[in-house]
Amino acid sequence: MTEYVGMAMPRYDGIGQVKGQTKFVDDFVLPGMLYAKALRSPVHKGLIRSVDFSAAKKVPGVVGFVTADDIPGNRLFGACGDQQVLAESYTAYKGEDIALVVAVDEDTCMEALEKVKLDIEEQEPVFDMFEAAKPGAPLVRPDLKSNMWEFMPGVTTRVIYLGDVDKGLAEADYIVEGRYTTGEQDHAAMEPMVSVAYFDDAERLVIHTHSQCLQFQLGSLASIFDLPLSRIRYIGGVVGGGFGGKNHIHADHFAGLAALKFRRPVKYRLSRREDLLYSTKRGVFILEYKTGVKKDGRLTANYIKLWHDAGAYGGFSPYGVEKCSMFASGPYHIPNMRVEGQCVFTNKAGSSSMRGFTIMNGQFPMEMQMTKVAEAVGIDQWELRFINAWRDGDMGVSRYVVRGAGALEAMTGAAKLAGIELPDHLLAMSSRGR
Amino acid sequence: MKQILSFTLNGAPVDVIVTATETLLDVLREKLGVTGPKRGCDNGDCGTCTVLLDGEPVRSCLTIALTVAGRQVLTVEGLSPDGDLHPLQKAFHEHGAFQCGFCTPGMLMSAKALLDTNPNPSRVEIREYMSGNLCRCGSYEEVVEAIQAVAAGEYKE
Repeated sequence: MTEYVGMAMPRYDGIGQVKGQTKFVDDFVLPGMLYAKALRSPVHKGLIRSVDFSAAKKVPGVVGFVTADDIPGNRLFGACGDQQVLAESYTAYKGEDIALVVAVDEDTCMEALEKVKLDIEEQEPVFDMFEAAKPGAPLVRPDLKSNMWEFMPGVTTRVIYLGDVDKGLAEADYIVEGRYTTGEQDHAAMEPMVSVAYFDDAERLVIHTHSQCLQFQLGSLASIFDLPLSRIRYIGGVVGGGFGGKNHIHADHFAGLAALKFRRPVKYRLSRREDLLYSTKRGVFILEYKTGVKKDGRLTANYIKLWHDAGAYGGFSPYGVEKCSMFASGPYHIPNMRVEGQCVFTNKAGSSSMRGFTIMNGQFPMEMQMTKVAEAVGIDQWELRFINAWRDGDMGVSRYVVRGAGALEAMTGAAKLAGIELPDHLLAMSSRGR
Repeated sequence: MKQILSFTLNGAPVDVIVTATETLLDVLREKLGVTGPKRGCDNGDCGTCTVLLDGEPVRSCLTIALTVAGRQVLTVEGLSPDGDLHPLQKAFHEHGAFQCGFCTPGMLMSAKALLDTNPNPSRVEIREYMSGNLCRCGSYEEVVEAIQAVAAGEYKE
C-alpha cells in the first residue's frame, strides 16, 4: 500500500470531467421542470407593508408564488438560526429574499417579478460596524436587542487570554501599536448557486445540491420543510467550486419549498450578478494590536482588539471571530496574550465562511505587526521571527500545547527558495526546543 | 416568434425550435441536453461555455442561436465521438489540469482551437490564447503543461 505514497494518481472522476459528462447541478433538466426566481428587497432595510401578486399572476406561464406562509416548518435558518428563509415583515439587506415566483421558464419569472407590487417602507440602514456598535444606533433587524452578536446571553465581547497581558506589557522595553483591516471578498466559484428538487416515486424530496458540506445543511433543510430526514434524499458530491461559499444554504431551501408546494421538479439558480451581490461573503475584519517586546527581540505580550462585520445575519461569523482570535498571534510564543473579539451586525448581505475560515484574517495582520515590531526594536525581521517561533511544548492563546511545530523549518525553507542567506545562529535553531 | 434552427452539432444534423432571443448556450443545454458547455457568467466573461463554431472558439452564451444556422458546432461531447479520448482530454486528465472541473469543457475547446491553428505554441502564446478561460481553482499551470505536452506529441489520437 505504501508504494502509492508520493505518487500522482489520476482522479477517479477525471475521465467524466474531461468528457463533459460530469453532472453538475445545473445540468439536470427534468421533464415538466419549473423555474423559480426570488423577489428581492429593493432597499437596504425596510418594513414590508404588502406584496400584491395579482398582476404577476396573470402572466402566461406563471404557476404560482411561494411566501413565508408556505413554509411548513422553521422560518429561520443559517448557522446561527437567525436568517429569514423568506422575509415576512422586515428586510435587513438589499436583495434579501421576500418571495419566489415559479413559472415554466426563467424569462417568465422575470416578467412576472416586474409586475409584483411590493409596498415597502424604507428605513435608515447602518453600514459601518463602529456606527452600528454605538448605543442608540438604528437596529439592523427588529428582532435584535443591539447590533452586537451575543456569544453568550448578554456577552458581546469574546475574550480569550493566556497569562496576564498587563504584566507582559509592563515588562516590555517597547510597546508597538498597529491597526489592520482586511476587506470583503466573494468566493466567485465558477458555478453559480443552483439547486434542483423534486419528489420521487416513494414520496421522498430529492434535492441535487452543490453543497460543500451536506451535514451542515440537511438538518436545517429538514426543519424548514418539516420533513423527517428519511423523507429527504440530499444528493451532492459534484461542486463547481465552493471556497467556503457553499457551506451556507443559498438555493436548496427555495427549490425544495417550490417543489413541496407545486409537486413538480423545480430549478432555482442565481445569475452571476445575483450570486456576486447577494451570496454570503468573507466579511471585514479590523484588528488592533498592542505588542510588548524586549530589547533582545523576545515578545512579552500581545493585546488584540478585533471587530468583524457579520452583515445582516450571523452565518459562520461568530465562529469566525473565535477562530480568528485563536490564530491572530501567529505561530509565536508569547507568554501573555489577550484577544477581545466582537461581531457586529450591519445592513449588508451576510458574511460567512470562506477559505481557511478566518485564520488568515488574523495571521496577515500579525505578520504586518511583526515587521513593525522588528523596525521598532531595530533587529532583522527574520531574527525576530526565529527568536519567537513556536517550539514544541509552547502554548497558544486558547491553551493548546504545540506539538510538531514547524515554523522555523518552514521559514528556513522559504528563505532558501527566496535566495536569502540566513546567519548560522538562526539556522542552528530547531522547533524541537528553545 | 419561433423558428426552426438547423445546424450540425458534433457531426450530426439537428433541427430545433428556437426563439429569436435564445442563445446557443440556452439551446444546447436546455433544449438539446448537451450540458458540456457550462453557464458560468452568462455574460461572456468566464469562458466555460466556449464551443467551436466552424472551428473558431465562440462564447455560446453570447451567440444568438439563430446565427449558427447551417454551420458546424463542436462541443466537448464531440471531442471523443468514438469513445477514445482526444489527446487534449488525456493530457488534461493525466496532468490534473482542473480541480472542480467546471471550466474544463471550455478550456478544452479553446485549447483545441489553439493547437488547430498553432500546433507548436510557446508558453507565452498558450497563456495569451487561454486568457479568456477562467479557472477559479487555479489550475492554470497544469493547463499550460497539458497543452504543451500535446503540442510536443506526448499524446496521440
